[in-house]
Amino acid sequence: MQNGFHKTVGTAEQRIDAIEKSTGNVKYLGDKLTKGMLHAKVATSTEAHAIIKSINTMEAWKVPGVHAIVTGDMFPFPIGPILADRPPLAFKKVRYYGEPVAIIVAEHPYQAKQAARKIIVDYEPLPIVNSVEQAFQKDAPLIHEQSGQYTKIIDNVYPVPGTNIASHIKIRKGDFGQAWAACTDTFTATYSFNLSDHAAMETRSATVEINPDGRVIVHSTSQSPYTIKKIFNQFFNLEVGKVIVHIPMLGGAFGGKGAVQLEPLAYLASNAVGGKLVKLHFEREEDMMTAPCHIGFNATVKLGVNQEGKLMAGQYTFLIEAGAYSDQAAGITRAAALDCTGPYHIPNVWCDSYCMYTNHPYATSFRGYGHPELTFAIERTMDQFANKLKMDPIEFRLLNAIKPGHTTPTQSVLTVNNIGDAAKCITRAKELIEWTSDPVSTTKDGLIRAKGVALFWKTSTTSTNAQAGAILLFEPDGSVKLSCAAVELGQGTKTILAQIAAERLKMDVSEIHVTMEVNTQYTPHQWRTVASSTTFLAGNAVLAAADDAIRQLKKIGAVALQCSEEDLEVGNSRVYIKSDPMKGIAIKTIALGYKFPDGHTVGGQVIGTGVKMQRQLTTMDKETGFGDPGPWWSVGAQGVEIEWDERNFTYKIIKAVTVMDGGTIINPMTATQQMRGGIFLGLSIASGESFEFNEQGVIQNPDLRTYQMMRMGDQPSEYIVEFIETPSEDGPFGARGIGEYGVIGAAAALANSLSSATNVEMNKLPLTPEMIWRMKGEAYDSVQF
Amino acid sequence: MIMSNTSKYTVIPLLVNGQSHDVMVRSADTLLHTLREQIGLTGAKHACGNGDCGACTVLVDGKPMHSCLMLAVEAVSEEITTIEGLKHSEMRQAFVEQWAIQCGYCTPGFILNCHALVKEHPDADDEKIEEWLQSNLCRCTGYYEIKQAVKFVLEMNKKNG
Repeated sequence: MQNGFHKTVGTAEQRIDAIEKSTGNVKYLGDKLTKGMLHAKVATSTEAHAIIKSINTMEAWKVPGVHAIVTGDMFPFPIGPILADRPPLAFKKVRYYGEPVAIIVAEHPYQAKQAARKIIVDYEPLPIVNSVEQAFQKDAPLIHEQSGQYTKIIDNVYPVPGTNIASHIKIRKGDFGQAWAACTDTFTATYSFNLSDHAAMETRSATVEINPDGRVIVHSTSQSPYTIKKIFNQFFNLEVGKVIVHIPMLGGAFGGKGAVQLEPLAYLASNAVGGKLVKLHFEREEDMMTAPCHIGFNATVKLGVNQEGKLMAGQYTFLIEAGAYSDQAAGITRAAALDCTGPYHIPNVWCDSYCMYTNHPYATSFRGYGHPELTFAIERTMDQFANKLKMDPIEFRLLNAIKPGHTTPTQSVLTVNNIGDAAKCITRAKELIEWTSDPVSTTKDGLIRAKGVALFWKTSTTSTNAQAGAILLFEPDGSVKLSCAAVELGQGTKTILAQIAAERLKMDVSEIHVTMEVNTQYTPHQWRTVASSTTFLAGNAVLAAADDAIRQLKKIGAVALQCSEEDLEVGNSRVYIKSDPMKGIAIKTIALGYKFPDGHTVGGQVIGTGVKMQRQLTTMDKETGFGDPGPWWSVGAQGVEIEWDERNFTYKIIKAVTVMDGGTIINPMTATQQMRGGIFLGLSIASGESFEFNEQGVIQNPDLRTYQMMRMGDQPSEYIVEFIETPSEDGPFGARGIGEYGVIGAAAALANSLSSATNVEMNKLPLTPEMIWRMKGEAYDSVQF
Repeated sequence: MIMSNTSKYTVIPLLVNGQSHDVMVRSADTLLHTLREQIGLTGAKHACGNGDCGACTVLVDGKPMHSCLMLAVEAVSEEITTIEGLKHSEMRQAFVEQWAIQCGYCTPGFILNCHALVKEHPDADDEKIEEWLQSNLCRCTGYYEIKQAVKFVLEMNKKNG
C-alpha cells in the first residue's frame, strides 16, 4: 500500500509560500497595521567621530504628537552578540555618521521624523579613521578607548587594548617559516574593497509592547528570534520566558537581519511610553547608513610551492573592516581565519585575521560570512600564481585541491563524510564554462571575451551548542502541523522542511502544514536562521520528530490492530502490517487517539518532537587556532565569462556557471534558485556595489538610486547550475547546507575573467568601468620607461 | 478641489480594483501610503520611498506607476489596480510556475509591471523586456526566472491569439 506516496526528497515540489506571495497576501511586518500604535524614529549622528557635549531636546518636544524622547544616558550600557561594545544609543561619543543618538516616539511617523530633525547635539569632533588600512596604523586615532574592558559574550574574541583591533584570531599550523624558506617559488598580493550593503528589499523594522504583567512582545524582521530573547535577558534583565518574539516571513535578509539593533531601541522606546506598542521602522536611507552593513576587507596572501607546484606554505593577513562596532564582524574574522586557505591542502599555514574598528557604519554577517571575501583573495592569488608558474589555473587548483585525509587550517581532519568533492566540482565547472588553454578571445565586433573560475569551500561556523527543534502535531484528518523556529526569508526553508517530514512519514507533502511565522511562545528553540545551517539542524530535528511520531503511531496502531508494534509500518497516511499491508488503519483514525466501537480509548494526540544539536564542535585555541569549528565543508566551483569593451571599459557578463556539492539535494528547484540568486548577488556586489565615503566619513550613496545594484539586463545572459551530490552521513537524507554558497565564488571568478581580459590584475572591488580604468592606469604608471 | 499643504485631512474618492473608496488623506500622503494605511491593501510595498526600486508599483489606468511617487490626491478619478486586483492574471500564475518568487517582497510590483508590459507590448523581445523591467529591483532571484515568466506569458498569449 505504498503506491499513493511519491518520493518527495529530490523532487522539485512547488514552494509552499509561492501562491500567497504572488497574490500579495503575505503579511510582512510592515503590512500588519495596528491602529493606536505609536511610531519611533531615530535622530542620528551628523559626525563620524565626535564627543557628545550635550543633547538638546527642547525644540523636538514642541512638535505636536511627541510622546517621548530617549537619549543614550538613559541606557548607557554597551551590548553586542560577541563583544559587548555598542550602546544602543550613542553615549558620550559617536563613532559613525548615522549612529542613533536619540529616539523620538510620536503619534505619527511624520511627527517623529519632524521631531528627530529638531534634536540638537553639540559635538566636539575627533580625528576620523576613514579606512581599515588607516585603522591598522600604530598612531591611528582610537575609536574604542576601553576595548579591553568590554564583556565577551562568546569565546574566541580577542580585543587588543590601545589599538583599533576588536579581535585578533591566529592560525598556526605546521612550520610556516621553515616551509616558506624551502619553497621553490612564491607569490604575494594584496586585495581590498570597501563596506557595502545587504539591501534586502524589505528594510528592517521592529515593534515592541510591554504588557502590564511584564511580558514583552516583540515583532521583528529578524533571522535571530532566540538571540533577541537572550539579549533582552542579558542587557535588560528581563526573564527569558517573558520575552515573546514573533517573526513573520522576511522580505530578504542576506545575513543583515541576523544582527540585533532595532529591537533594543524599540524596547527603550516602548518603555519610555509606559509599555505602549511602538514601531520602529527604518527607511531605506536609515537601513543603509544606520543599520549594520557588509564588511570591508583588506587581505595580503602569500603562497609558496615546491618544485611540483604543490602548495607548501600559505600566509594570510586579513583586515576585516568592522566599522564602528564589532557585532558579527568579530565572528567573521574568526570564520575567515579558520577557512583561510580555501579548499586547498597546505601543510604550513600562518594566518592573522584582524577585526578592525573604523569610523564607518558597523558591519554584520553577510551571506557567506567572510567566505566570498577570502575567496576573492585566495582565488585571485591562485590565478596569478598559476600564471607565474606557467601552469593552467585549473590544473594548478586540481593539483592542490583538498581531499578526505587532509586537514583544515585548524587541523580538523577531513573525511568522506564531512567534505564534498572539490576536484569533481572544478572539473565539471571547467566543462560547463568550456574552458580552453587560452581563455581569452576577440569577437568579430572587437570585444574581448574572457573566462575566469573560482573554487571555494565553507563550513558552518555555528556556536558549538547550536541547535534546532521541531514539533509535528497530528490533526484529526491525519495531516500534520510542522512547527519550528526556522525563519522563511526567501530561501524556501519551510518547503524543504515539509519535504523532509513528508519523506520520513511517507505522506504527501501537501498534508504537511508548516507554520510560516515564528512565535517563540510555541516554536521550539533554534539557534538562528543563518550559516546555511537550517536544512542540517532543523532538517535533522524534523527527522527526529517524525521518528518520534512514527513510534507513537505504531504504539496506538498496535492496540487498535491487535498486533505488536514491531509488525507495523507507517506510510501513505496509514499504519499497516508490514507483511500484510492490506491490514491497517488510517492515521486520521488514530491521530487524536483511537476510539474503540464501545467508546473506550487508547493513546491521544500524536505529537512528535525532535531536536538536533551540533556534535563535538570545539572553540579554537587562542594561539594556534586548533579546534573543530564546523560540522562539514560544502565545496563548489564557479565560472564566469565576460565580454569586455576595451574602448570604454564596460563589460557584459555572458555566462555564469555554478557547480555545487551540497550533498543530497532535497529540492532541485529551490536549490537552483539559491545558487542562481547567490551568484547574482555576488556578481552584483563585485561589479558595482560599494559605499563611497567622503573625507568626513559620510556615505555618499545611501539610496538605491546612487548605490548601484544589478538591474534587469545586467545579469548573465546564461546561468548554469549543476549539483554534485556526495551525501553527508550526518545530514537529513544526506544533505549539507547550501543557502549561502552561490555567492561565494562570484567576485573571484568575475575578477579572474576581467584580469585575463584587461591584462591587469583586478585586485580591488567593485569592478566598475571606472575602477578598471583606474587599475589599468595604475599598472601603466608603474611601468618603468 | 482645494488642497493645502497642512496636516489637515480631506476626504477624497479613490477607485481601486473596480471598487470606490472614500479615504481621508493629508495633501502630502502618497498613493502608496493611502492604499496601505487607509484601504488596507498592503500588496504594494514600501521599500525605498524614492522611485528607485518598483516594489510599490501599481497600475494607474493600466500604466505601471511607482505609487510612492504619486500623491493620493493625484489619483482621484483614475482607475487604480493593485496586486489584490490581479488574482486571476496569467502573469501571477507564471511567476509561481516559473519559480520567479523567493522572498516575495518585490513580487507584487514585478507582477504588475510585467502584466502591463505584455499588454502594452505583446511582441516584446529580450531587449524590450529588459528595458521595461529596469525600474524594478529584485535582490533574491537574479532576474532569470522573472524574465522566463514574462516570456512564458508572451508565448502563451501568442498561441492563444
